[in-house]
Amino acid sequence: MRMLTHNMLSSNIKGVTNGFPLRIEVEKVVEKQVEINHDFLRNIFPKIDWKAFFDASRVMGYAELPEEAPEPSVLESDLEFLRKFHHALLELHLEEGALVCPETGRKFPVNKGIPNMLLHEDEV
Amino acid sequence: MSSRPELQAPPEIFYDDTEARKYTSSSRIAEIQTKLSERALELLALPDDGVPRLLLDIGCGSGLSGETITENGHQWIGLDISQSMLNVALEKEVEGDLLLGDMGQGLGLRPGVIDGAISISAVQWLCNADKSSHEPRLRLKAFFGSLYRCLARGARAVLQVYPENLAQRELILSYAMRAGFAGGVVVDFPHSTKSRKEYLVLTCGPPSLSTTIPNGKGEDGESCSDDESSGDEENQTVCISDRHRPRKKQKINKRGKAREWVLRKKEQMRRKGNVVPPDTKYTARKRKSRF
Repeated sequence: MRMLTHNMLSSNIKGVTNGFPLRIEVEKVVEKQVEINHDFLRNIFPKIDWKAFFDASRVMGYAELPEEAPEPSVLESDLEFLRKFHHALLELHLEEGALVCPETGRKFPVNKGIPNMLLHEDEV
Repeated sequence: MSSRPELQAPPEIFYDDTEARKYTSSSRIAEIQTKLSERALELLALPDDGVPRLLLDIGCGSGLSGETITENGHQWIGLDISQSMLNVALEKEVEGDLLLGDMGQGLGLRPGVIDGAISISAVQWLCNADKSSHEPRLRLKAFFGSLYRCLARGARAVLQVYPENLAQRELILSYAMRAGFAGGVVVDFPHSTKSRKEYLVLTCGPPSLSTTIPNGKGEDGESCSDDESSGDEENQTVCISDRHRPRKKQKINKRGKAREWVLRKKEQMRRKGNVVPPDTKYTARKRKSRF
């Protein structure tokens, strides 16, 4: 699972009002090279919740992102930032571990890169 | 036993390792799935500016539809309930991210982040109650509600469905409308039993010019054989009002309906309790022309 998907996922348990962001428990991280596409990065940037993204990248062991969300204008010119953003967003994969609901502490296990988001009957 | 998979077992059980294997080994399934996803992407009508979007693939299965999305240069997140199908997708090393989840429990995504959603032959599963806790109406409500929330304003969702009957189609559509979607059903090749495909084309937000639904393929007797299925663009029409399959023609030979047929029908009517004239030697005879 990439950080892109983590940034979109929220806990869906009944009664949880703020299920975002899911806390990451890391067992294994893998990196996969992906071709960089500046247009996609610019398009997705406004939709990224930067604080959650920054925290997640830290937990995943990548510390080169700025803590404060940069101005959108940076995306136009700063190729170095774009490369870092791209790496954290699309190339870091959580292979084994878990996602934890911030409100209830319910664990969603991640196996082979696939988070199991199935809810039990009493959570629907 | 019916050939519809929905009637055989719940999806997470029906799509076991053997069934999932078919999706890698059968080139026929792969071809149909790819065609459906290409058409769904076409109906999604993303702006043609070369910018990759973030799409959602609901019921992504082995990632066949995802591969089509990747070929078109977009990023995607896939959701499926069958672990076996997702394992096949993993083996194929698809580009998108995969989630194991149940669409009937809601999608669990942040509001307004997805640029478009497609779903190939999945949504009709929601009409089944496979567990005692399942209530199809609630599951449809949860699904469409969460889909509406996670889509960006003005984004589209194209859901290819195989509704079992008219009531199911109405049910699915009514819950989509209740969630706030605008749009309708596009039917490709409405007069063909095999090539007939239905797509729910839904738009987030209030109805406007951009929400007019596109035309179906093959409405005007256009051939739907494989090599011609690309179709004549001008012959396409919307066919919302004409969603019913043409009734099968009864075989009538030259001499009209045979005596056995009439006797059988009369017997049927008697069993129903209707008043039927008695069988005589005149039954099923033709009238004289001077009559």
